[in-house]
Order: sequence, then C-alpha cells, then structure tokens
Amino acid sequence: MAEEKTIAFDVESIREQFPTLSQQVYGKDLVYLDNGATSQKPKVVIDAIGHYYTLENSNIHRGVHFLSQQATEHYEHARKVIQQYINAPLEEEVLFTSGTTAGINLVAFSYGELLSEGDEIIISAMEHHSNIVPWQILCERKGCILKVIPMNEHGELMMDAYSNLLSHRTKLVAVTHISNTLGTINPVKEITRMAHEQGAVVLIDGAQSIQHMTVDVQELDCDFYAFSGHKVFGPTGVGILYGKKAILDKMPPYQGGGDMIEKVTFEKTTYNGLPHKFEAGTPNISGGIGLGVAFEFLSGLDMDEVEHYEKELATYAEKELLKLDGMRLIGTAKEKTSVVSFIVEGLHPFDIGTLLDKQGIAVRTGHHCTQPVMDFFKIPGTVRASFAFYNTMAEVDILVKGVERSINMLR
Amino acid sequence: MTLEEKQQEIVEEFAVFDDWMDKYEYIIELGKDLPLISDDKKTDDRLIEGCQSRVWLETDVVDGKMQFTADSDAIITKGIIGLLIQVMNNEDPKTIATADLHFIREIGLQEHLSPTRANGLLSMVQKMKLSALKAAAV
Repeated sequence: MAEEKTIAFDVESIREQFPTLSQQVYGKDLVYLDNGATSQKPKVVIDAIGHYYTLENSNIHRGVHFLSQQATEHYEHARKVIQQYINAPLEEEVLFTSGTTAGINLVAFSYGELLSEGDEIIISAMEHHSNIVPWQILCERKGCILKVIPMNEHGELMMDAYSNLLSHRTKLVAVTHISNTLGTINPVKEITRMAHEQGAVVLIDGAQSIQHMTVDVQELDCDFYAFSGHKVFGPTGVGILYGKKAILDKMPPYQGGGDMIEKVTFEKTTYNGLPHKFEAGTPNISGGIGLGVAFEFLSGLDMDEVEHYEKELATYAEKELLKLDGMRLIGTAKEKTSVVSFIVEGLHPFDIGTLLDKQGIAVRTGHHCTQPVMDFFKIPGTVRASFAFYNTMAEVDILVKGVERSINMLR
Repeated sequence: MTLEEKQQEIVEEFAVFDDWMDKYEYIIELGKDLPLISDDKKTDDRLIEGCQSRVWLETDVVDGKMQFTADSDAIITKGIIGLLIQVMNNEDPKTIATADLHFIREIGLQEHLSPTRANGLLSMVQKMKLSALKAAAV
C-alpha cells in the first residue's frame, strides 16, 4: 500500500510548484507518467519566460542599449549556471543548441569533417534514432564505418563485445547514458575510458540522464555531452552541447551566420571564438534563460535523494505490475533509472495506452524512436511509464489499477 | 439505408455513453467481432503501416458496390475500422469518394483520425476513398 512507503522528501510541496500537474483530464486527476518524452515545468521557469517577454525582450550580444545588455547578461548567466551544474571546466565549453538532436548533429557534421574513409564510429544497440541516423549520414558522407555494441536480453550493453569492437580505427564512440526505452544506465565512464585508450573521442547522449542524477562531465571525462532543456524541467527548443575546448577549437563551424563571425569580407571570413563559433544566428533567448532557471531549481534539490526516490517509485511500479497476468517487463538491467517499459501478452501496447489515457494516465506507447530495440525484443512496441520526482506512490497505484482494468477490458 | 443514415445511427448508438471507458468497451467489442483477414492475405500490398498499430485493407467492387475487409493488430483500431466499414460497405464508389465522415468527430474519436496518432486509420480512410475513386472512374 502506498501509505506504508517512506517518502524521501516532501513530494506535495514539489508538486505545488508544477501547475500542469494539478488538473483533470477526461474528468480524472491527471497522472503524468510521460516524463521520458518531456517533463513538466516548475512555475519559476514559466514565470521567467513570461517575464522575459513582458519586460526584457531584446536581442543579445550586439546591442548597446539597456534591454539588450540585460538580456545578454541573463542569457550568459544561464550558461554559467549550467556550466557549474555539470561541472564543465570552462564557460565556453557549454554551447546552446536547440536540443539533444541538434547537439549530436553538430558533432556528427563538424567533428565528422575531421574523419576520413575507413574510420570507425561505434554506437550501441539501444540508441535513440537521433543517435543513430546522424552517424549513418556521416558514414555515407565520409565513407566511415558504423559499428554497434550489442546488448543482452536484460537490455545491458555487452562490454566484452565493445572491447572487441574498439581498435585504432575507432575515431568516435557515441552512446546513450540512459536508454529512453529500457531505462538502462550505461557504464559511460568505463565506456569513455576504454575509447580514450584507443584515441577515440566520446559523445554521451544525456537526454535521459541529467534529470535523474548528478552529472559531472569532468568525472565522466567524456568529450561531448548533449542534452535537451525540455526533458530537464526547462523549455522546449533549447538544449546544451558540452564539448572539451581543445576539441571544439579544432572543429570547423557547423552553421554560418550572425554572432559566429569575427570579421566578414567577401574574400574571407574569420570566425568568432567559443562558444559563439557554434552559435550562429539569434538563439532561443527566452529558452536559454528559462533553462538556466530550471537548473537553479534543480540545484535546490538533493539529486541523490531524487535518484533514490525515483528508483523507489519505479521499483514499486515494477513489483505491482508484475502481479498482473501476462505482464512482461522490457528492460531489466541491474542498473536502471525510473523508466518502466512493459508489454502484456496478447495485447497491443496501443490499446493499453489508449485506455490508460481515458483514465487520465499519460504514458507513451510505441517504439519510442528505438526501432532496433523493438526488433531485438521482437515486439511491436511497449507501454512506457517514466517517472519524475514529482510523481507519487499513489500515482503508481492508479497506474497499476488502470493497467489491470485495461487488461480486463481487452481480454 | 443511406451512408448518412448509417452515420446517424452510430451517433445515436454512442449517445448513450456518458463515460469514456464505456464507449471504449463498446469499441473493443466491435473490434473483437470484426471478421479477420486471414494471415495469408496480410501481405505488404494490403498493409498500411502506422507508427503505433498496423492495418490491412482489402478492397473489392461487387455489383458496382464497394466492399471492404480490414484488420489490425490493435483491437481499438479494429473497432474503429468496424465502424468505418459499417458506414462505407455496399455503397456506390461515388458516394464513398465524396463522403464526409462526420460521425467520427461526433462520437469523439477524431483523435484516432488525426495525423499525429499515426495508427494507420487516416491512411486507411484515404485508401478507401482512393479505391472508390478508381472504381468510379472505370
């Protein structure tokens, strides 16, 4: 029973700060369990965006006037907040992008320019399409070879196989920190260390990890770390690519435009330094400011406590769901975050998701942009409940009852 | 019964449900009752690939009237297919090609025919209409 569970921290007071959560859909209290797709926003973030457009709206970096200087200051302050949060050594190593996908594409395009035919790129079997397709495009463009680290039936990467794939031909390893479909936490520190031994650079897809745990890019020692703002309680359309300065300096610009230049003539253009070299055009200013506020909000939480609490939610959900007839969990890695993916024997995930929706429960169904993972498990898709720290044990109970009711209707 | 009368009949049938789950209970029963397409006929040329669920559609013209059989791997999708077939079967190709299927909206299932849902139903309706257009042109 939910009442017997120990609550690690005051969930109710956290929930109060997320206005979206306190509404009804189809006449039922909303139970939002689609945090893997996007997270809800705390009021401080919503207010910061409103405040920016109400009183501060102005273009940054170029204006001599008051509003422009103020907006520049707030935008650059956000960069500092995020730099500190991920423990990046330098401010200019923190690049604003439009999201994880944009960050990965930036690296694939720009760092990709430094690669040549026959160079090898390693990804894993559990990557999101956005950490597969940019590398396939690069391979087509440059004649590189894509290799895939296999996984076992629990959804854990096979590290021996990875070791065998690595060689002096490996130039880049791009792996997700946490699988969006399986919840597996990959040993990215070890993956990075092994790649570095072969002289390869490492990109970590952090889209599903930074909202769940402390991320220290220096401790991981990865060369790139990409994530999205909207999954970490910030706005949509903004994200971060962290990159080591020494590597970013070597890379050619990705997109040309304003802000990224030093001097332009028709004969020759010289480029601005980091981070501006990779930030062409007017950025998502309100998004950047909002993302800074989201990280300030996160800084006020104890992330170890968050991780523990979320784990408790997921473990409880898994335990209760497994009591239902025909239940099969997809993704049973030893190291897992608060993602619970499942299928029910004989039933289609779409049907279960539709019936959960009508009971006010928001989950995700389908292949979750990881079709190779579905092919591996030979399933059409899963139902995925992904928890955030504002979810409650009572919501887990509602989910389990909702799934049970759906199964009874569909059988 | 005209196509319009058939739509009206379904709207009236659904009017009794004031709870979403009751409505879906009914759709699921329709889905279970829908005649299946045999596995050997579930070929790629009959397949409409959706992002979430898959639909197979077979079209025929018998005595100048359109005949549809369809199947899906998801029961709710099948139930909605059942409703669409109920309305469109045994109609003139011309009637189908120009039909406004407003009943879907009126019974609150329009989300299933939105492009974002990607369950193959929108493509199925388009295919049904296209085959009717072809039949009308013959």
